[in-house]
Amino acid sequence: MVKHWLLIAIAACGVSAAVNVALAEEGQSLPHSGADINNIESLQRGARNYVNYCSGCHSMKYVRYNRMAADLKIPESELKGNLMLAPDAKPFDTITNAMPADSEAWFGKVPPDLSLMARARGGVDYIYAFLKGFYVDKTRVWGVNNLVLPGAAMPDVVAGLQGLQKPVYKSESDEHGGSNMVLTGVAAMTPGSLTPEEYDQFARDTANFLDYAAEPVKAKRQSMGIFVTLFLLVFFVFALMLKKEYWKDVH
Amino acid sequence: MAAIPDSHVPPKTTGLLGWVDERFPLTKMWREQVSEYYAPKNFNFWYYFGSLALLVLVNQLITGIFLTMNYKPSAAEAFASVEYIMRDVDGGWIIRYMHSTGASAFFIVVYLHMFRALLYGSHRKPRELLWIFGCIIFLLLMAEAFMGYVLPWGNMSFWGAQVIVSLFGSIPVIGAGLVEWIKGDYVIADATLNRFFALHVAALPLALVFLVVAHLTALHEVGSNNPDGIDIKKHKDASGHYLDGIAFHPYYTVKDLVGVAGFLLLFCGVIFFAPTFGGLFLESPNFEPANPLQTPPHIAPVWYFTPFYAMLRAVPSFAGTQVWGVMVMGAAVLILFFVPWLDRSPVKSIRYKGPIYKVALGIFVIAFIALGVCGLKPPSGIYPLLAKICTALYFAFFLLMPWYSTIDKTKPVPERVTGYG
Repeated sequence: MVKHWLLIAIAACGVSAAVNVALAEEGQSLPHSGADINNIESLQRGARNYVNYCSGCHSMKYVRYNRMAADLKIPESELKGNLMLAPDAKPFDTITNAMPADSEAWFGKVPPDLSLMARARGGVDYIYAFLKGFYVDKTRVWGVNNLVLPGAAMPDVVAGLQGLQKPVYKSESDEHGGSNMVLTGVAAMTPGSLTPEEYDQFARDTANFLDYAAEPVKAKRQSMGIFVTLFLLVFFVFALMLKKEYWKDVH
Repeated sequence: MAAIPDSHVPPKTTGLLGWVDERFPLTKMWREQVSEYYAPKNFNFWYYFGSLALLVLVNQLITGIFLTMNYKPSAAEAFASVEYIMRDVDGGWIIRYMHSTGASAFFIVVYLHMFRALLYGSHRKPRELLWIFGCIIFLLLMAEAFMGYVLPWGNMSFWGAQVIVSLFGSIPVIGAGLVEWIKGDYVIADATLNRFFALHVAALPLALVFLVVAHLTALHEVGSNNPDGIDIKKHKDASGHYLDGIAFHPYYTVKDLVGVAGFLLLFCGVIFFAPTFGGLFLESPNFEPANPLQTPPHIAPVWYFTPFYAMLRAVPSFAGTQVWGVMVMGAAVLILFFVPWLDRSPVKSIRYKGPIYKVALGIFVIAFIALGVCGLKPPSGIYPLLAKICTALYFAFFLLMPWYSTIDKTKPVPERVTGYG
């Protein structure tokens, strides 16, 4: 019977691995962000980045200031002084932006709320790729486009940090014998105030914070899960022993 | 009755229990349904999924009650109220993940439970009605899951509801009126969400619980089948006990406890480490609120519906209507009701059936899983053709059964159950 259960465990692992592989090949291959939801310092820097570079336009209407401060171990003075920029915000409020009602006229669409963006786009790597994906495109209203979100309505607010990027094309022949230019990536064009490594860190921290915002309980969920699993393993062994004890006389 | 005709009369209960027993058959019910319900000795792995389905049902009912305490069934508030549960309600996230993972777990255990019946002929006489109750439970479960999926009012909830409800529109003459009647509006809107909520939390759970009671009553009336597919009531010892049977309690209660522990390990693994299960159990577009102006890039139902969705898409429109696909999808579920009469084999269990049934069942399982994959993928490349082939194989398994089950070479069935302990 133990052998049966081992087989089941192996089969279950196989199924989840297969699902992972199947889903991975589905989506576009995104660079691995390396973000770690348990890295509090990274999340703190990400919160700072969000407040400085995103929160002017993007609200987080499901994230409360005081919950964020508690989870990210941000002292109240720091929270009130540097993170709560809205003039009459209270610590128990959710995060609003400074956009006037007619912001749609500025950008063509209202800047979306970012509370759940990491989950809506399938994960932290998307946000990381988005932040690193701006490139110069004169055909767009703001003069920039984005690798992972073609036709993005958002201006390149990180250009000062990252510098501008130019698109990289390669020519590919199509089935009719002609050749097409296919966008394959971006390359640095002008330097920004951060080195490429520093900008990577900026994008990683910000993506990490957005991942936290999308599911504030994520780190706690995973650490609880370890204890739950250990308890259930012990419970399983005892249940198995109990069963064997009762069944030893069954012939 | 399934309870054994025991020669000795049970001692009269005393005290509080005696007081109750004089007024209500508590001890009698316990004896008949549990402590003296004789189940075959040789249940194997496949027999865990009945009790697990019951466990998941209880999980859904209890977590559902707690979700209802904070959920707001209105188009304006539903999405935000789910986030409120996830962020502000104490333990709300775990309740919600238990419920959302439970929905997928329900279909996993029910599909395996139904597969068990096909393995060992559990639907054959005298268990036809037991099987039919089970098929109705499966149908109701699909309706329950679909309506529950709409409640978070995410963008996939909205567009999924749009696609599924519009299927009824392909029915000739009454289609358009019917769709409007289901929606309660001209579009999927607040009224639709409200009535789906009513059906999801009251009407369908009541019907489900009632049918589960009927399913168990029928089971205990005729007794459980077993992996050998033979009657365990033929051989009794001197005191009238079934030699091939064993009391459900304590033997199967402790054995099912092992199944519960194994199940919970996997179930909690999903809840705590992969609650979205890579976008299969909770889909990414559903983390955006319903937006009638923005269609998700690819609309697919949740994984447990995709085999049937693939069959719907596999049938081309003909004579200007898509109703044929809808009929095929409906037939795919309805055909299950007839399996007890389609199987003409002289033996019940696959152990004593011939190679034809083994191959047929194997092809059927592969076709069903392949249909599930086809339904998840956009209809391009190899998938449309694969879905057509697998739809044909799905129906061939059932429709050809009266023929191949009679010509299949069977092995002699043993007198007594085998392989237990």
